[in-house]
Amino acid sequence: MAITREEVEHIAELAKLYLTEEEKEKMQRQLSAILDYFAMLQEIDTSLIPPTATVLPLRNVMREDTPAPSFDRDKILANAPQKVEGYVKVKVVLE
Amino acid sequence: MESALHHLSIYQAHKLLKEGQTTSVELTEAVLRQIEKVEGLVKAYITITPELALKQARLADEKILRHRKAGESFSPLLGIPISIKDIICTEGIRTTCASRILENFFPPYDATVVEKLKEAGAVIVGKTNLDEFAMGSSTENSAFFPTRNPWDLERVPGGSSGGSAAAVAAGECLGSLGTDTGGSVRQPAAFCGVTGLKPSYGRVSRYGLVAFASSLDQIGPITKDVTDAALLLSVIAGHDPKDSTSVDYPVPDYLKALVPEVKGVRVGVPKEYFIEGMEEGVEKAIREAIDCLEELGAEVVEISLPHTKYALPTYYLIAPAEASANLARYDGVKYGLYIPASELWEEYRLTRGNGFGPEVKRRIMLGTYALSAGYYDAYYLKAQKVRTLIKKDFDEAFEKVDVIVAPTSPTVAFKLGEKVEDPLKMYLSDVFTIPVNLAGICAISIPCGFSEGLPVGLQVMGPAFGEEKILRVAYAYEQATQWHLKRPPL
Repeated sequence: MAITREEVEHIAELAKLYLTEEEKEKMQRQLSAILDYFAMLQEIDTSLIPPTATVLPLRNVMREDTPAPSFDRDKILANAPQKVEGYVKVKVVLE
Repeated sequence: MESALHHLSIYQAHKLLKEGQTTSVELTEAVLRQIEKVEGLVKAYITITPELALKQARLADEKILRHRKAGESFSPLLGIPISIKDIICTEGIRTTCASRILENFFPPYDATVVEKLKEAGAVIVGKTNLDEFAMGSSTENSAFFPTRNPWDLERVPGGSSGGSAAAVAAGECLGSLGTDTGGSVRQPAAFCGVTGLKPSYGRVSRYGLVAFASSLDQIGPITKDVTDAALLLSVIAGHDPKDSTSVDYPVPDYLKALVPEVKGVRVGVPKEYFIEGMEEGVEKAIREAIDCLEELGAEVVEISLPHTKYALPTYYLIAPAEASANLARYDGVKYGLYIPASELWEEYRLTRGNGFGPEVKRRIMLGTYALSAGYYDAYYLKAQKVRTLIKKDFDEAFEKVDVIVAPTSPTVAFKLGEKVEDPLKMYLSDVFTIPVNLAGICAISIPCGFSEGLPVGLQVMGPAFGEEKILRVAYAYEQATQWHLKRPPL
């Protein structure tokens, strides 16, 4: 196994994903198989190769900062599960 | 004529509309009748919008009448019934990404490509099924139901744009928009015997496309032939101030590229694409297609893309890494599924744990792992470096050849359930399409024959912003062979 049960739980917590016991077991097995297969990348010497994050030569595209009408508030809020007085409602973040 | 209206190509339908031989309402009604007839078997759509479609069709007919009276030409999309993959935002029409987490999401705006379709006067018939968040190669990862291949209902239509490809093949629309992150337009097009084009990265605006892997995603047409692909691409391509990765290059009239003539065109055949595990019938069809291009006057050259075998692991590190960041937004706060709990973190865990399906969770986990402390250099950074090498392979190849041809997929459509329990096996289905996305270049899949009664796709790849080259070669082949005229026996 390329990946331990504890690692599965740690990653699930980083990703804020609830997993059942059965899912954890399956995830450990499947991710291990996938990572084993990916080990072939280590065959290639990339010490002198720069990484590619995007294929485009563009960097930091700017536009004019011109004021324009925005979306209607009610329209945006229409999809929010919980709202109050024109705001999105969330549970307390800071005690 | 009337009974076969739904099997017309966009270009053919446009000709009839221009000559006054049919109307948009007649076309739309024919498509809606076909949907009624076959949708129970194919299940290509998540949402069908018949009232909206007929309203748009009536408006289109008014416009067509005015244009005809004035003796004016009009957009080839005016009055044409089109479907859209359900990961592209449509204002007021439910957009689910085939996920429980967005089951009741109604976008407050149209994606730029949808705006462009509407401006051109297209009629929107509905939103097509896909693998959840476009993650998959069979459309079995849809949280709602799998789509079936119109050529054999026991088989998958491919994915992730399986709904779009099946709908086009079954005459449930005249054309469709799909998305392609690792082959999701081309592979289902190949499996369903239709045409699918992945534009170069930056050619088409991604504004309003729900993000999966932002450095790879592109929207592309799925159509009945090469002419329709050129025509749809001409409408959706171009710079968009709302997408900073859309490039400000002029958009040519892609229909002008359709010259059935390949004399002297240099066609590269990469030896790494003819591997063990490829189905015999697929290899035979591809070899015959290459012979055909040679007979048409193309100069066929064997080439090498040495890093091909590393593309799959590279992709399955980069795409999930980007996805794990993009999908962090589904937290039950601004939109989507919300599961209440006693505190915020628990709400996040429960909402996401219940809202995402198994493949999406797997990719979020894989991506989070590849980006996490201690593994970033070994996995994510390593993959980005290998991506550089894969791109370099193509850059060097395109110094020697104009286009590269290869199979779209190593197999024909497989059976439902055959690969769902083995993710790695499913990933291998994309082995020939993924390198194109990593390199940001363009490619088209066109029908090139059958293996055991199922369609085989020929992939024509071209350099970045070289869409005219691939369209020309694809068109010449299509005109010489006519495979694109075959329809499934539904």
